[in-house]
This record gives sequence, C-alpha cells and structure tokens, in this order.
Amino acid sequence: MTDSKHIFSENMSKEIDLIRSKFPKDKSKSAIIESLLIIQHDNNGFLNDELITSLANYLSIQKIDVYEVATFYSMFNLKPIGKNIISVCTNISCMLRNSDGIVSHIEKRLKIKIGESTKDNKFYLKDEMECLAACNGAPMMQVNHINYENLTTEKVDKILDEIAND
Amino acid sequence: MTNLCTSTFSLKNPSSIETYLSQDGYSSWKKIISGEIPKSEVITIIKESGLRGKGGAGFSTGLKWSFINSSDQQKYLVCNSDESEPGTCKDRDILRYNPHAVIEGMLIASYAIGASVGYNYLRGEFIGDQWVVFNKAVKEAYEYNFIGKNILKSNLCIEIVPLIGAGAYIVGEETAMLESIEGKRGMPRIKPPFPAVQGLYGKPTIINNTETLATVPYIIKNGSEWYKNLGVNDSDGVKMFCMSGHLNKPSVIEAPLGVLFSKLLDECKGVLDDKKLKAVIPGGSSVPVVKGEDIMETPMDYESLMKIGTMLGSGGIIVMDESTCMVSVLERISRFYYAESCGQCTPCREGTGWLYKTLVKIRSGNGDQSDLDLLNKVATQIEGHCICALGDAAAMPVISFLKHFWTEFEYYVDKKQSMVI
Repeated sequence: MTDSKHIFSENMSKEIDLIRSKFPKDKSKSAIIESLLIIQHDNNGFLNDELITSLANYLSIQKIDVYEVATFYSMFNLKPIGKNIISVCTNISCMLRNSDGIVSHIEKRLKIKIGESTKDNKFYLKDEMECLAACNGAPMMQVNHINYENLTTEKVDKILDEIAND
Repeated sequence: MTNLCTSTFSLKNPSSIETYLSQDGYSSWKKIISGEIPKSEVITIIKESGLRGKGGAGFSTGLKWSFINSSDQQKYLVCNSDESEPGTCKDRDILRYNPHAVIEGMLIASYAIGASVGYNYLRGEFIGDQWVVFNKAVKEAYEYNFIGKNILKSNLCIEIVPLIGAGAYIVGEETAMLESIEGKRGMPRIKPPFPAVQGLYGKPTIINNTETLATVPYIIKNGSEWYKNLGVNDSDGVKMFCMSGHLNKPSVIEAPLGVLFSKLLDECKGVLDDKKLKAVIPGGSSVPVVKGEDIMETPMDYESLMKIGTMLGSGGIIVMDESTCMVSVLERISRFYYAESCGQCTPCREGTGWLYKTLVKIRSGNGDQSDLDLLNKVATQIEGHCICALGDAAAMPVISFLKHFWTEFEYYVDKKQSMVI
C-alpha cells in the first residue's frame, strides 16, 4: 500500500492493522466498522469521502463497501457536527419519565432543534431513535457516549455547564 | 433475589479478575480443561439444566449447541451484546460488573461446540463504558492464560475477541449480527440455512445472548439439577428482569423464573407515587402489552405469560401508571420500528412507516375511526410476512394496544384529544 492511496498517520495505520488482525486473513471488510469509528473520532466526529476512500484503499476493498456501512449505522456522521454529542434516550421507558421535557430543555438552552449543532460547534443534539439500554436510570442521556442517568433539568444544566467550560 | 450473573455486582472492583476469582470464578473452566468434566458432558449438563436463551427467543441453549455442524471445519461462537430491545438494560450491567462470567461462558460454549474463536459483539453505544471494561477483562484473562494458546498448559487454543457495532437495533437479530461482523449492513438472512450449519463467513456458528452465556459457568459449577430447582414450580432457573417506567425504584433484578409480577413490583417499591397500575409490557417493546390487573398475580415465566397473551421476551418490563396515554406510547413505539427497519422486506419497510404516520395523524387530532381499522389491517399484513422478527415486533404492539385499549383510541379520534389529560 503506497502512502498516496491513504492519508492515515502511522499511528492510525497501526490501529487499523490491529482491528484487521481480529478477523481471518481474507476478511478485510470485517474491519470496516471499528476502523470507521476510530477514524471518525480522529476527525472531529465525522467522515468524508477522502477518509472513506482512504479506508477502502487501505483495506484493499471497494469504496462502495465502506459507504454501505457508513450510511447504514446511526453512529456515523457524513457531515460535520458539534464537538460534544448529546443523545437523549426518548424510547418508552425514558418517555414515561419525561425524556421529552429533557429534550425541550436542551433545545431551549442550546437554541437548537433536535438533530442540529450549536453555532459555536460545541454541541450536537443527535435525534436518537434507539433505546440506550439504561432504562432503570430513566430519563437518561449520553454525552460523548458516557451515560448520565436519572436526569432533571437542573442536572442537565450542570452537566452541560461542565462540558462547555472544559 | 438470586445471584448468578449479578453475584459480583455489589462487590468492590466487580469487574476485576481478582474479584471474579475470589468468587470461585473460572473454576468451571479449570474443571473442563483438566478433563474432570468430559467434553460430551458439557452440552448434556446445559441441556438438562433447562437453560433457555435470555435475549428474547427463549430457545433451549443446550439444544442450540447440539445443532452445531460437527464436521471438521472452522466454527465460531458469537456472544450477542447488542442489547437494544427497548426496556432492556441487563447485559449492560453484566458487561461492566461481571465481564469475566461472560468470558468464562464464552470459553465453555466455544469448547462445547468446537469453536476456536469467540466474538463478543457489543452495541456501539457501549463504547464509552462496557467496551472499555470488557476489553480490559479479556486482557486479564489472556494474562492468566484462561484464553489463548495452550490454555492452562493444555492443547486447547481459543481466542476471545471483542467487537463493537455502530448503532443499529436490527443487528441484535442473530443473522444480521453475522452480516455486521462480516462488515456489511445489518440485514437479516433467510433461514434456513441456520447459523449452526452456515453462519459467520459461511462456517458453523452459534450465537447466544450475553446473559445466557454468563449463566453457563454457574450451571457447570453447581450442576443442572441445582439450576433447574432455582425456578418456581415448573419453571427452570433464573432470569434478569429489567424493571423500568413508572416505579418508585426502577431496578434490574435477577430472580427465579416463575416469580410473581407483584413480587417484582414490591422489590421496586411499587408504582411511582402510589398511582394505579394501568399496563405492562413484560418483555421489551416487541411483545404485546397487557392490562395491569391481568399480570399482577402472574408468574413471570415463558408459559404463564403466554397464557395471558404476551411473552417473557428479553425480560424488559415496562410499567405504566394510570396517567399514561396509550396513544402516545404506541406512537413512540411505532416511531422506533419505523426508524430501525432495515428496509429489506417491503411489508416491514412500508408498513412500519404507515403505522407510524397513521399514529402521528391520530395524535395530532386528524384521525378518524377508519385510521384505527387501518392500523389493525397494516399490522396484520406485516406480521409473518418478513425475513426476520422486526416486522412482527412492530405489529404486535399495535394489535395488542388496540385490543386492550380500544376505547382510549376511539376517544382520541372522536374527541381529538387524549382520554387521560
């Protein structure tokens, strides 16, 4: 693999190699999901055509194979988003414990609608469809994939204040 | 109430290998490696214990293992930690508080079916917590040589490999999970062939839920009779029940199968603010809803729940009090299945959208009586007409909500507002 075909740092290449080694020799495609997650994390939370092409070249697979994965799974973003990802679980258990009130509160506080990022790009409020499997801690949210449970609007303010000041 | 998978939860450093070893952890695995329990015995013990899959389907685990294509070729074990059935939050605790029970269970299962590799697929949203803990646990188990080459100086070699997803409910369906591990979109496969014959990369594969596998070491250690007898009356063994919704103390409780619903409710200090119980979804959002009074004294086991027209499913018990608007809840459930349908089968792809849009119409006050009939019609046309169970899962709530709360839905289309507000 020549360097011109991908733009990954030496470190990133090593990490992808490690992921690749989890699977049988002729099963490169299996490495797509985990590789995309670390590539996306390294690129401010989103993927672009250059990165997707790079991974396809690096794994010697078709670009469309990578696109199929990148467009199917909800944790991949193909457009720039705010730095801190907020996902409020609004599935039934959380809905019964006022998760909709939590979402409205965050929308009001950050002056955005669900699915949008703040103007200063500090926060992205994901339109989360899935149950986040913390039902006994409802209502809950994840910020950058860390759980915050038994939320109240006061608690949410405190969490977002801390992150904003970070 | 009974501690197997949860036995380390309240200990200090619950996820560390030292803690697990202090609880006699890996003793089952050592017994098997030393030849004290012959290979042929392992599947028999699991079969006789009555252990059933705890992810939702409730199929006999031992029987599933015995289906493995025994020909001399590469085989795989897959642990399904893609916990995402709405209302279910047990595997997340096992993975972060008792990961070594999952690893030991995966080793025993791999050995029993002749797999040299066991993958544990965690849902993407577990990347910040469970993923870190489980990876660390695997590393520890390698250091102790419970996993890897020539395990405990034997000839046995088994690799345990953690994998991570990236957000897709459908991947919890076992063949969709295989597609996902192969690096594709998570679209379920047509069965047969079953994974035990042709699974991951076309090789024989057994897929078990996290809680199921984490239970295995305890059964091997204490015997099949012991496990069987943990259940109440005719039920075998235990289950983790995830109690959520309108409760004073929502909790995850490991309890004997056959425990009365009222007992679980007591453990959670009753319905929130002592309101009246209205309805319960007892096995994750995919199973039919039942009225509160119909489940109160029902034993929580597969057969008893079947008798009242619902299912044990994943053990995700969602409790709703008298203030709950059933139209709103059903709308939310339908939004979920619409968003998560993989789009492969037309009845599910189109039908889930129809259901959701019709419920939005009703909720916004623009529905009429014919929309209620439409909901029933669309739901019955999805049910049984798709490759996987997601279509059924989208249909069952609709049919059961309408059946049990018809007046409430009628009131909504008639008065253009909720009956409970």
